[in-house]
Amino acid sequence: MTATLHTPPVEAPRQQTDKRVVRRRLGPGHRIRFAFWIGPFLALAVWSAGSASGVIAPAILSAPWDVVIAFEDQWVNHDLLGNVLSSLERSAIGLSLGVVTGAVLAVVSGLSRIGESLIDGPIQIKRSVPTLALIPLFIAWFGIGQEMKIITIALISMVPIYIHTHNGLRSIDGRYAELAETIGINRGEFVRHIVLPGALPGFLLGMRFAVTSSLLGLVVVEQYNAVSGIGHMITLAEQYGQTDVIVVGLVIYGVFGYCADSAVRLTARRVLAWRQTLEG
Amino acid sequence: MATDARGLTTEPAVRVRNLHRSFTSDGGVLNGLDLDIAPGEFVALIGRSGTGKSTLLRALAGLDRDVAGYGQIDVPDAVSVVFQDSRLLPWKRILDNVVFGLRGADAGERGRQALAEVGLAGRERAWPYQLSGGEQQRAALARSLVREPQLLLADEPFGALDALTRIRMHVLLRKLCEAHRPAVLLVTHDVDEAIVLADRVILLDAGVVDTDVRVELENRSRSDAGFAALRSLLLDRLGVAADA
Repeated sequence: MTATLHTPPVEAPRQQTDKRVVRRRLGPGHRIRFAFWIGPFLALAVWSAGSASGVIAPAILSAPWDVVIAFEDQWVNHDLLGNVLSSLERSAIGLSLGVVTGAVLAVVSGLSRIGESLIDGPIQIKRSVPTLALIPLFIAWFGIGQEMKIITIALISMVPIYIHTHNGLRSIDGRYAELAETIGINRGEFVRHIVLPGALPGFLLGMRFAVTSSLLGLVVVEQYNAVSGIGHMITLAEQYGQTDVIVVGLVIYGVFGYCADSAVRLTARRVLAWRQTLEG
Repeated sequence: MATDARGLTTEPAVRVRNLHRSFTSDGGVLNGLDLDIAPGEFVALIGRSGTGKSTLLRALAGLDRDVAGYGQIDVPDAVSVVFQDSRLLPWKRILDNVVFGLRGADAGERGRQALAEVGLAGRERAWPYQLSGGEQQRAALARSLVREPQLLLADEPFGALDALTRIRMHVLLRKLCEAHRPAVLLVTHDVDEAIVLADRVILLDAGVVDTDVRVELENRSRSDAGFAALRSLLLDRLGVAADA
């Protein structure tokens, strides 16, 4: 029997051919640049076209350019910036309190059976009670000032953080806990190196819900005895029938919510780089 | 009991006496097992499925707190476990996985050395998912050895690897064990793997030691006559007709 030696061709082909079998992609594929902005800009274009052609009557929804004029008027004559800042302050303080409380409660209830029996039930009950219905009680307890508003927002944003962090934590593979036991680390190190990073995907999903619910909470709480804030501005405009001002408020809400959500998603992409998922 | 170079009797690294473990009330998995492993001794544990190999290993690792039973277990303080899956934490880079839980200012440097020893120098910053199955298992070995264990417990560590990677891992594990000299208990399904690696092969049946043989071969190649004889003895005890 003779062995055949396969030597590579002496002359490399001039034109590199590339013949391959390519399967149809089932995942979402490569990222599109500025993909975040395409949908909102399309919505804006539809709105403009509708208003310009008269399909959308000004009484139904003000035209984008009228909203821009109303925006300018509010900015110059009615301290729109002050309203925006005081709303942002309320939601930021409320959100921070809610996020910290929600995360701490989720870790305690996720890691300890006693903690779970004490914490989980009340939170599920709170979840099924509409926050709107709680406001009269909160007014009785905390007065009608800033305190009541911040506590309401904190409670609204705490729930999604708790639910998703708790769920993320309980979904951590039990084999990692076993590994930690054989390595001989203490409970604090276990929380820091396994529980928190493992629950992070869940926490960040909860964060996406929490940032928007903290903004939504504003509309409700700023209807009560507020002298500033976007919700206050909308309530006033409602009384005077100023549709364009209402739309200014709504647009600001939309922009805030969208920016906050994008910020969380970008953070998530960065801190979850260790995952190999369809997110890409 | 083993004797050291001066002929003195040394304490075994592992001493198990009358060990019973059972998952159901009607029958035990381990039924009065006795076992000694000398310091630095490499013991391979084989046996059919369900004969208690993993149960014994988990008992030595202290991972069977919910399993009923009794008996006496003495193991050293420094015990490392290598599992069938690498169990690298997916959210930690390779070096951070290797030095996870390690104390001391020089932990990072020791981790780098351990990675270099298993042939993974340069992959310190990689995420676990970027490594192949064999590389992940090498990182897991580095994580175990950087702790300088007196006892290394390995539960079918090469079970999920392909045949070629397995052979490379055998060479690596032998080399590492000769350098670090931990006592080793390796659970495996593979009789050849047991003979290639171990100083002593223990065959478990019905929850007790059925066969306990010392591997004293000059040449650990499969073509060696002594290898074949030992292999057919063990296969015979396992109830498999040896083809050699």
